[in-house]
Amino acid sequence: MSAPEAPDLAGPRVIELGMLSIALVAAGVIDLAAYLPRRAPLLPPVLLLAAAVAVLAVNVALVLRRPGFALWRFRQVAGWMLLVYLVVAGMLEFTFLRDHTHGTVLVLMTLLLATFTLNVPVLAGYTVARFELEPGA
Amino acid sequence: MAATAVEAHAPSRTTDSIVPLGGLWIVGAVLTLTVVLIAGNWLWGLDFLHVVGGGMWTAVDLFMGFVIGPIMRSLSIPARIELTKRLMPKMLLIMPTLVTMTLGAGFQLALANGMLDASYPRHGWVVASMVVVAVMAIVALALLQPANIAVLFELRKPQPNPAIVQILMRRFIYAAGVTGAMQVATLVIMTRLAT
Repeated sequence: MSAPEAPDLAGPRVIELGMLSIALVAAGVIDLAAYLPRRAPLLPPVLLLAAAVAVLAVNVALVLRRPGFALWRFRQVAGWMLLVYLVVAGMLEFTFLRDHTHGTVLVLMTLLLATFTLNVPVLAGYTVARFELEPGA
Repeated sequence: MAATAVEAHAPSRTTDSIVPLGGLWIVGAVLTLTVVLIAGNWLWGLDFLHVVGGGMWTAVDLFMGFVIGPIMRSLSIPARIELTKRLMPKMLLIMPTLVTMTLGAGFQLALANGMLDASYPRHGWVVASMVVVAVMAIVALALLQPANIAVLFELRKPQPNPAIVQILMRRFIYAAGVTGAMQVATLVIMTRLAT
């Protein structure tokens, strides 16, 4: 029997884009937190959030449109990871509310948290599914 | 040759979970304790979780990156797979739990101690710690954790591909090394803040 071939890792830069999206989220959160207890200027975190969401959307589109991609495995892994990170996000949202975060800052923090929470399953699902063959392949 | 050896050691295909379910109650207990301590704002408890969690997180990262990594590279492929099969399911539970308890307790502690206040004399150090944590989180969530899960899926296959396992384990070990190095920066910042 011949040795298994090394996998072909060519494809869209999903991992790198995911890292960029999470970095934009982190920059938004750090910018908001750096001004506490005063209210931070909202334009920078809003722009960072918009950029993070745009990168996430491009990433999801790249994953879904990749030919021969094991979408069934992606959905399986991403689904469970989403469940896990919804629990983590719930804990973080609880902390925001516990600390009396409110108004526009709460909305921004929640949207940043949601973008973060969606990025993690995409990265895990893609990493697992890229090494998976479609059934019958 | 390597492939034949791997086949001989290949795990049978099972429907078992890749997560060690027996350890989930410990994860649940730690996370519940974290939530309760945050809700009650019990500073001693928060301090305990932050220091213990941070110390263990740092130690595990450094151990994985600079001890297990070189050992793994010196092992034969079947031995690497055997080690990976036993190590990675546990890492899947340990690391996210340590990270969540350390960061959750740390943020609440910083808030209670006034360290998040922009008027705090060493506020710049606090913001620097957030940047370091952000870098570690990006590496962990984009590289470390997905590689951990992917290698477990690969090992469940009837004939795991050693090349894939090697790629994923190399990524895991290197990412652990990077976060280990970042942990040194965290130690510098935290000791400065505590002094």
